[in-house]
Amino acid sequence: MEPVKLKVSYAPFVRSKDSIESVMYNVALALFPATAMSVYYFGIPALLVTITAIASSVGFEWLTDKIRKKPDSCLDGSAVVTGLLLALNVPSSLPLWMVVVGSFVAIVVTKHLFGGLGFNIFNPALVARVFLLISFPVAMTSWAVPFAVDMQTAASPLGILKTDGMAALSNFSYMDALLGKTGGSLGETSVLALLFGAAWLFYKRYITISIPLSFIASTLAFTGIFYLIDPTTYASPLFHFLTGGLVLGAFFMATDMVTSPLSLRGQLLFGIGCGLLTAVIRLWGGYPEGVSFAILIMNSLVPLLDKWDLDEIKAKKQKSLTTA
Amino acid sequence: MKTFTIGGIHPPESKLTASKAIEKMPVPSEIVVSMSQHLGKPAKPLVKVGEEVKKGQRIGEADGFISAHVHAGTSGKVKSVKSVPHPGGNYSLSVTITTDGEDAWAEGLNTAPIDWKGLSKESIIERIKDAGIVGMGGAGFPSSVKLSPPPDKTIDTIILNGAECEPFLTADHRVMVESAEEVIKGLEIITSLFQGKAKPFIGIEANKPDAIAAMKKAAKGTGIEIVTLETKYPQGAEKQLINAITGRTIEEGQLPFDKGCLVHNIGTAVAIYDAVSCNRPLVERVLTVSGMEISSARNIRAVIGTRFSDIAAFSGGISEKTNQVITGGPMMGRSQFTLEVPITKTTSGILFINNAGLESSRERTCIRCGKCIDACPQGLEPWLLGNEAQFRRLDEAELYGLANCTECGSCTFVCPSKRELVHWIKYAKALVNNRKQRKTA
Repeated sequence: MEPVKLKVSYAPFVRSKDSIESVMYNVALALFPATAMSVYYFGIPALLVTITAIASSVGFEWLTDKIRKKPDSCLDGSAVVTGLLLALNVPSSLPLWMVVVGSFVAIVVTKHLFGGLGFNIFNPALVARVFLLISFPVAMTSWAVPFAVDMQTAASPLGILKTDGMAALSNFSYMDALLGKTGGSLGETSVLALLFGAAWLFYKRYITISIPLSFIASTLAFTGIFYLIDPTTYASPLFHFLTGGLVLGAFFMATDMVTSPLSLRGQLLFGIGCGLLTAVIRLWGGYPEGVSFAILIMNSLVPLLDKWDLDEIKAKKQKSLTTA
Repeated sequence: MKTFTIGGIHPPESKLTASKAIEKMPVPSEIVVSMSQHLGKPAKPLVKVGEEVKKGQRIGEADGFISAHVHAGTSGKVKSVKSVPHPGGNYSLSVTITTDGEDAWAEGLNTAPIDWKGLSKESIIERIKDAGIVGMGGAGFPSSVKLSPPPDKTIDTIILNGAECEPFLTADHRVMVESAEEVIKGLEIITSLFQGKAKPFIGIEANKPDAIAAMKKAAKGTGIEIVTLETKYPQGAEKQLINAITGRTIEEGQLPFDKGCLVHNIGTAVAIYDAVSCNRPLVERVLTVSGMEISSARNIRAVIGTRFSDIAAFSGGISEKTNQVITGGPMMGRSQFTLEVPITKTTSGILFINNAGLESSRERTCIRCGKCIDACPQGLEPWLLGNEAQFRRLDEAELYGLANCTECGSCTFVCPSKRELVHWIKYAKALVNNRKQRKTA
């Protein structure tokens, strides 16, 4: 028999088809309905913001890899997802150069300075959003009106609530909020489109239910308590669910694998913490919206939450060693 | 349907040969009988170059308590006694026999079946030991040792492992379908050693309905319970099988008999029947020859010592695309560097595959997706053990349960970053062992 050239490698010799690419591009795919809805409502500017954010993120990823002398990772999909999430977190009227600044903060500062994919402590797109919000507060809070012909802007429902109180919300439509016909960031608007995408990720098992569920439930519970106490000052939990970035944040940002805890207990605590902080900021904070800050603050606790689990494993083992 | 409680994965089953009857492979012109076909010390060769041997003749003597005798698979003349490639990945001392084509048994072996019920417990174990029987599922632990647990351990559960959860492999499956009676008799012999105090089970994955039916039919009236198990990897791993059938958990550092259990492989049960009832040593076994690159995938009964190259030729040859040859299943098997290696008592299958991922695969960084944690049937944190191993932090790795890993490879199967987790874990285990040996030396 002809000798064949055999290669020796490690078991197992079958591997699942999952890869970093399949995870990332499925997240991008899941965000497609929300992106499409925002382009439908806000028109060409929204499309330009999206394209700029993705292209500049991928560009910065490529550049940083070159400088860091790392294997090319610009097409692994993670930069695409970061760019897309950044776009969904800014208003469609944001000047494009600011979008590029956002991509720089996300990819270079938040991700690569911490060691690249898998090592960043904070969600890159959220750090970029907060950076832009603090640096360019006016541009970041001028929300385009859906189907606007000229660059007409309006405040978001949460913004109106913060500045003018409950009375100003008399003509707020829950249906419009569900479909996304309100002022807001690209991806903050259509809750329905976001849930549709999230369902896909659950089906593909790329996200677990624990974080979004505990996040949203604790936001609803906390805002609900105050709504029951005084419905004339505090908005209903349903209002808080449908407005702002809660759904986007809970399903697509807080569930980021790199920056969320590994164990179920950690994930539940993480979600509850996110929910409480969101509610506190929304009800009493200086900013109308608290999802980004809440997730970032909880991101910083993730190493601690993980360490708690691991220390328990170690302690159990050490105990069994001393008793043995 | 019963299953183990934590973790597990669903790799593609790829049971290409599930409906193929076992074919007897003719004895090749040369066989290579390794002295290391079991866990423990290699056997000491008893023959010299040029000596005539008969089929079933003992040619290797067990060296110590945990070791096993080795027998000639056919009659012929000893060509050489030297170190040759072994499917374990290294070289081992082996007896190469030029066969004479007569396949003549040594005197007193392969007799007509006797009624084993008349035999004492000691003589049954003696016969099993004389026949050189070891666990044929892969580990190769000497069966006579396994069947003589320390007197302070009470065995109340005996399990025959018919799960065969590894993709591709169908050898146990076909044995259960074709030799159900012998399997049952083998299990009855094992059970008899525990004076009727132990309950016998046979665990079979649900993807083998014909095997379940055959075993149920054969087990009627024997008190043996056939348990249908969910098709999930690693259902056939000893600890997982015990957990699925009894609900008990084997803790780190424990052996099955610490929890009253004894697990044997299907093939081992048949070998035990052959040895006890017919005085037939372990000289041949059933194995699956499969994979996408073999012309004719099949289940064969071959003489132990038959070279992979002969088996490939018997199975119609292999394609040019073959780049890996695996012994055992694709999850826990080993890739071979040459087809000159022989099958041993523990070779449950040979796979000829084209592993396309080999060229492109590169370990990427962990993205903390947690899939390995969900997949691990031992409840470990494989990503962390992998990290500790890569940085040689052995003390830390041990504290995180390194020794509790059964090396099933589920973590590595699911990892989207293609990290070689189970390899790193095995590496750390080897380093820990070396360290222990240095300390005691």
